[in-house]
Amino acid sequence: MRAFLLGALLLGGAAAAQPMVAGDAIPGSLTGAPGDAARGRAIVLDRQRGLCLLCHAGPFPEERFQGDLAPSLAGAGARLSEGQLRLRMVDGRRLNPDTIMPAYFSTEGLRHVGRAWQDRRLLTAEEIEDVVAFLATLRD
Amino acid sequence: MGSPRPRRGRSRWLEALACAGALLLLGAGPRSGYETMTPQLRAMQDDDLSNPGMLAVAEGEALFAREGCAGCHTAEAMRGVAARYPALDRASQAPIDLSGRIAQCREKRQQRPPLPREGPAMLALTAFVAHQSRGLPLQPDPRLAEARRQGEALFRERRGQLNLSCAQCHDDNAGRRLAGSLIPEGHPNGYPLYRLEWQALGSLQRRLRNCLVGVRSEPFPPGAPDYVALEAYLVARARGLLVETPAIRP
Ligand code: HEC
Ligand code: HEC
Repeated sequence: MRAFLLGALLLGGAAAAQPMVAGDAIPGSLTGAPGDAARGRAIVLDRQRGLCLLCHAGPFPEERFQGDLAPSLAGAGARLSEGQLRLRMVDGRRLNPDTIMPAYFSTEGLRHVGRAWQDRRLLTAEEIEDVVAFLATLRD
Repeated sequence: MGSPRPRRGRSRWLEALACAGALLLLGAGPRSGYETMTPQLRAMQDDDLSNPGMLAVAEGEALFAREGCAGCHTAEAMRGVAARYPALDRASQAPIDLSGRIAQCREKRQQRPPLPREGPAMLALTAFVAHQSRGLPLQPDPRLAEARRQGEALFRERRGQLNLSCAQCHDDNAGRRLAGSLIPEGHPNGYPLYRLEWQALGSLQRRLRNCLVGVRSEPFPPGAPDYVALEAYLVARARGLLVETPAIRP
C-alpha cells in the first residue's frame, strides 16, 4: 500500500491525465464538462461495459440478475457528492486498498492483464463522467 | 445430528454440544458446489439415467477397452486413483494431473499419437477413470507440498483488468451472488463435469480458464504447470470432499 501511495504522489502532480484528488474526492470533471446521466445509466446496466450489476444491486426493477457483493447503488447520490462518487469510480483503492471494486480509470498495479485488455482503462473519461452524473441522480 | 432422537441422558447431550462446538470452531468444512445447487440439478446429478455426464463415462469405458488401457489396467484398479491426483510423476519429479497421466500412458507406454487434451476422447477417458472414485474422499498427495504452495500463491494473487484473486471470490464471497451466479467455494471434486452453460462435459482446466478470463486476465498457456499447481492447492483446500465425477453444474 505504501508503494501505491508513493506512486500516486509521484505521478499525481506530474501527469496531466492524472485526476486531482482532494481528500476523499475528485472535485473536477475528468473531461471538464458534465456527464450525461442517461448514457451513464446505460453503462451501469451494461454487463460488458460497466459490469456494475455483477457486484451491486440498485433501483433497476427490470434487471433480473443483480449482485450482492457490494452496497446497493440506491441512494448513492444522496450519500456521496459528485466528487466522492468520481474518486470511487476512478480508483477506490485510494480509500480502501483491499477493495474488490475495480479501479475504472487506472491501470496502476494491475498484473497478468489479458492481451485484449492490456494498458486499457475499464472506462473512458467521458464514460466515467456519464456514470457519475447518473449515480448523482440516485437520491433514494 | 439434526434428526430428533430419543434422549439418552447427559452423554448424548454432551456429545451433541461438543459436535456443535467443533462445527463452530472449524467452520462447517469445505462445501461442494453440489450443496448449493437447486434440488432439480442435484437430482439430475444423482440419477445416472438423467445425468448427461454418464454418456461420457460409458464412452470412456468403451475407449478404455478399445484403446488398449485394459492391456495394463483393470477398471477396478482405477478405483481411488482420481481421489489422490494430482500426484508426483517419478520420472520427471513434477506434479502430474489425471489427464496428464492418461496422456503419458498413451504417448510413452503405448507409443500412440496424442489425444487433444480437451477433446471428447480424453474427456471421456478421464471421466471414466475419475468415476471409479465417485464417493471417495479427496486425499491430497503429501509429496506435492511445493506445488501446493505455488498454487496457493496463484490463488491469492490479484490479476487481470478487474484485479481480483480467486480467493476474493471463492474464500471471501462464496455464497454471494455475482450477478445471477451463486459463487461456489470453488472445489475441484466433480471434474470432468457437465456444465449446463457449456452444454458439454468440460475439464477443470476449462473451468479455471473461464475464471481467469472472467477477470480479464491472461489465462496460463495450455499445459502450463500453473494449472496443476492450482489444482494441487484446490484439492488440499477441498480435502475430504467426495469425488462426484461426473458432476453437474449450472
Ligand atoms: C467486483 C465488484 C464491484 C464492481 C464490478 C463494481 N463495484 Fe462498486 N463497490 C464494490 C464494493 C465492494 C464497494 C464497497 C466499498 C469498498 O469496497 O471499499 C463498492 C462501492 C461503490 C460505491 C460507493 C457506495 C457507497 O454507498 O459508499 C459506488 C458509488 C459504486 N461502488 C459504484 C459502482 C459502479 C457505478 C460500478 C460500475 C461502473 C461499480 N461500482 C462496479 C464492488 C464493485
Ligand atoms: C469474480 C469472481 C470469481 C473469480 C475471481 C474466480 N472465480 Fe471461480 N467461479 C466463479 C463463479 C461465479 C463460479 C460458478 C460458475 C457459474 O455458476 O457460472 C466459479 C466456479 C469455479 C469452480 C468450479 C466449482 C464447482 O463446484 O464446480 C472452480 C474450481 C473455480 N471457480 C476456481 C477458481 C480459481 C482457481 C480462480 C482463480 C484463478 C477463480 N475461480 C476465480 C467466480 C469467480
